[in-house]
Amino acid sequence: MTYDFLLRRTPRSVLAVGSSLAASFVPTATSVVAAVSLVAAAFVATAPPAAAQVSYERILNAASEPGSWLTYSGTYGAQRYSTLDQIDRSNVDRLQAAWIYQSRSLQKFEVSPLVVDGVMYITEAPSDATALDLRTGRPLWSYRRPIPQGIVTCCGQVNRGVALLGDQVFLGTVDAHLVALDAGTGRVNWDIEVAEHTEGYAITVAPLALKDMIIVGISGGEYGIRGFLDAYDALTGERLWRFWTVPGPGEPGHDTWSGDSWERGGAPTWVTGAYDPELDLLYWGTGNPGPDFIGEVREGDNLYSESLIALDPDTGELKWHFQFLPHDLHDYDSTQIPVLLDSEFEGEPRKLVLFPNRNGFYYVLDRATGEFLVGKQFAKQTWAFGLDDNGRPIEDPESIPDLDGALVYPDDDGAANWYSPTYSPQTDLIYQNVREKGATYYLADATYEPGKIYMGASRRAVPGEDPKGFLRALDALTGDLVWEVEVFSPPWAGLMSTAGGLVFSGTMEGDFFAADAHTGDVLWRFQTGGSIYANPITYISEGRQFVAIAAGSALFNFALPE
Amino acid sequence: MIRWLLLVIFCPATMVAAQSAELEQGKRLFESQCGSCHGPLGNGGKGANLAQPQLRLATDDEALLDIIRRGIPGTEMPSSFLTPMQVSNVAAYVKTLGRVEPEDIPGDATRGETIYASQDCAVCHTLGGEGGVLGPVLDAIGARRSAAYLREALLQPEASVPNGFLQIRVVTEGGRAFTGIRVNEDGFSIQFRDFAGNLHSFWKDELETLDKQWQRSPMVSYEARLTPGQTDDLVAYLVSLRGS
Repeated sequence: MTYDFLLRRTPRSVLAVGSSLAASFVPTATSVVAAVSLVAAAFVATAPPAAAQVSYERILNAASEPGSWLTYSGTYGAQRYSTLDQIDRSNVDRLQAAWIYQSRSLQKFEVSPLVVDGVMYITEAPSDATALDLRTGRPLWSYRRPIPQGIVTCCGQVNRGVALLGDQVFLGTVDAHLVALDAGTGRVNWDIEVAEHTEGYAITVAPLALKDMIIVGISGGEYGIRGFLDAYDALTGERLWRFWTVPGPGEPGHDTWSGDSWERGGAPTWVTGAYDPELDLLYWGTGNPGPDFIGEVREGDNLYSESLIALDPDTGELKWHFQFLPHDLHDYDSTQIPVLLDSEFEGEPRKLVLFPNRNGFYYVLDRATGEFLVGKQFAKQTWAFGLDDNGRPIEDPESIPDLDGALVYPDDDGAANWYSPTYSPQTDLIYQNVREKGATYYLADATYEPGKIYMGASRRAVPGEDPKGFLRALDALTGDLVWEVEVFSPPWAGLMSTAGGLVFSGTMEGDFFAADAHTGDVLWRFQTGGSIYANPITYISEGRQFVAIAAGSALFNFALPE
Repeated sequence: MIRWLLLVIFCPATMVAAQSAELEQGKRLFESQCGSCHGPLGNGGKGANLAQPQLRLATDDEALLDIIRRGIPGTEMPSSFLTPMQVSNVAAYVKTLGRVEPEDIPGDATRGETIYASQDCAVCHTLGGEGGVLGPVLDAIGARRSAAYLREALLQPEASVPNGFLQIRVVTEGGRAFTGIRVNEDGFSIQFRDFAGNLHSFWKDELETLDKQWQRSPMVSYEARLTPGQTDDLVAYLVSLRGS
């Protein structure tokens, strides 16, 4: 058998599996790959059970452990920068595929994998999780979640990844549950309902493990939900706090919603946030108000939609907020990654948060106070004449959807979106994949019914032009364009930068590529054959640096030749 | 029980015969739930152009119902949260989108067929499995385009170039120039077919220029080549091409 061969060649095993793996697999996780029991049996002689022990301290110090990828954005600061430098500008042209995992799902593969102690943890659409052996690329266990009929998600039944804490793997599901799995076996430890999915709630976001909590956001901004951010006890699944992103009666900000519109106000929290342990603040972006395109039923600024919120992670108490786009009428969610940077700014050391927004403006805020420092256009946009001194947009009323159709750039997929930017301390540049695509919006009815679409416009592409896509490098402190790579279709791929002087990106046409972080020269590319809707990561396996990216329905892992 | 009855009543066999109230509901649902991607008229946007007689994936009624229900995995076409009756009504409406009713037009389709054969149409267009591939397939062109559109296409081909037939001109670093119809493009490469039908593929860094000629078409105007009567006949013939 093949695994005898493996066993003989394995002087030690990094696998976190034991002989009980297959036997203890719970029947509710309906399917296990046939190889699992073989793998477990083959390794039992050499592998001490060592399920991932990902302590909070390990995640806090993730930057000092670059061989692992412990949390969604690499570190709590969410720069998505790795100090690994085996793969660099001089040798990246020799990068080659080392192993590929084929998902069973044909949905968009949006995962950011996590890697620790020889195991890669991924999610597969709609709401499955799989542990892969880094040495062989073979599955160790899979958790397959049956999804009820009638789940509503605006943009695909997708999932962007797991969180790790202790010896557990945490997964949000499109039926709006949060599930804790045993990291060694995939067995369900607990499974709790975060929200009622028939009301339009779903979870696609990768949760964030923080202290002894799991922070998880919610999707559903196109279905008239009321958004929130939750914290759960990692051991028990007990909810510790909930911050409503649309304030209820008596709460500050409630008066920014006319009538009872707050009940359906949206402001979902579907992209993973960041954390500053010194300030002890949790940062999270919020999405569009509902209905997306009709403002008259929700007069006011519609707090805390389209905002960056800073919360006390122990209580969920709001410390500050910055609303990028009051009373949004274009469905420009501000659900991007808050990138934390400590830097000199105008002669003083400041704790900053960088935020390339889907609305086409790049923002720099003081992350201790929320003070607006910089707002600079980084992509084609026609909805605003600019920002005022406080960062509030000066909108062009011509861009607001009406019955005759209003043309606006960017369209509601935005100039940026959920996919990650990256900041490199080597270059002091922030890198962002940019979408330049307009659309004409025709106002339509929106009647609220639980779980039904609640948007209020239809969209028509602009004929006679190719939408454009770019990888852009911006000066992190000013937003000024330093270089760009044009990549044909507006991309949905996230980015990662490395100490090898590289930025990794991907395209809708299936190219995964590495650019020189200083100049933008494309030094290496690989045609994966599938559109890339995912963030790259990097890790070390048996002393070699790998770069991983999901493309099409496959997960590619690249390394230099041995 | 009532739901079961509805399922029976709105099974695919009866879908085609949907009445106006159902079509009206289908239209309303389409505009609010599908129009944002497929365009309010169904003629495409982020999503596919559905205003055509033969849908590429929804090849029959059952497939159409299934796609509306379940979406298309691997694409941005999501599953829907519609009731079986609503799904049926949307499907019935989608089937009406590209079906242009035959018009009362001047001209004789039989004479038009002879004109089609005597001109060089088949150099670029495929009809009945015969012909070139530079231009659109014409087998069902009469079901998709109005007579006025077809007349304009003959007399002023560059007034409205159909999607997917972008004319491009490239000059290589070595100074060779090609003009053709784009087949595919990405950030690093482009593939196209020249007017002799030859396929070309270039890395973009091999090209000096890449010119996208949005308002251009390789099709010549037939205004000077056909008499007004012949134009009427050819339009009548094209309108009669309605696929199977």
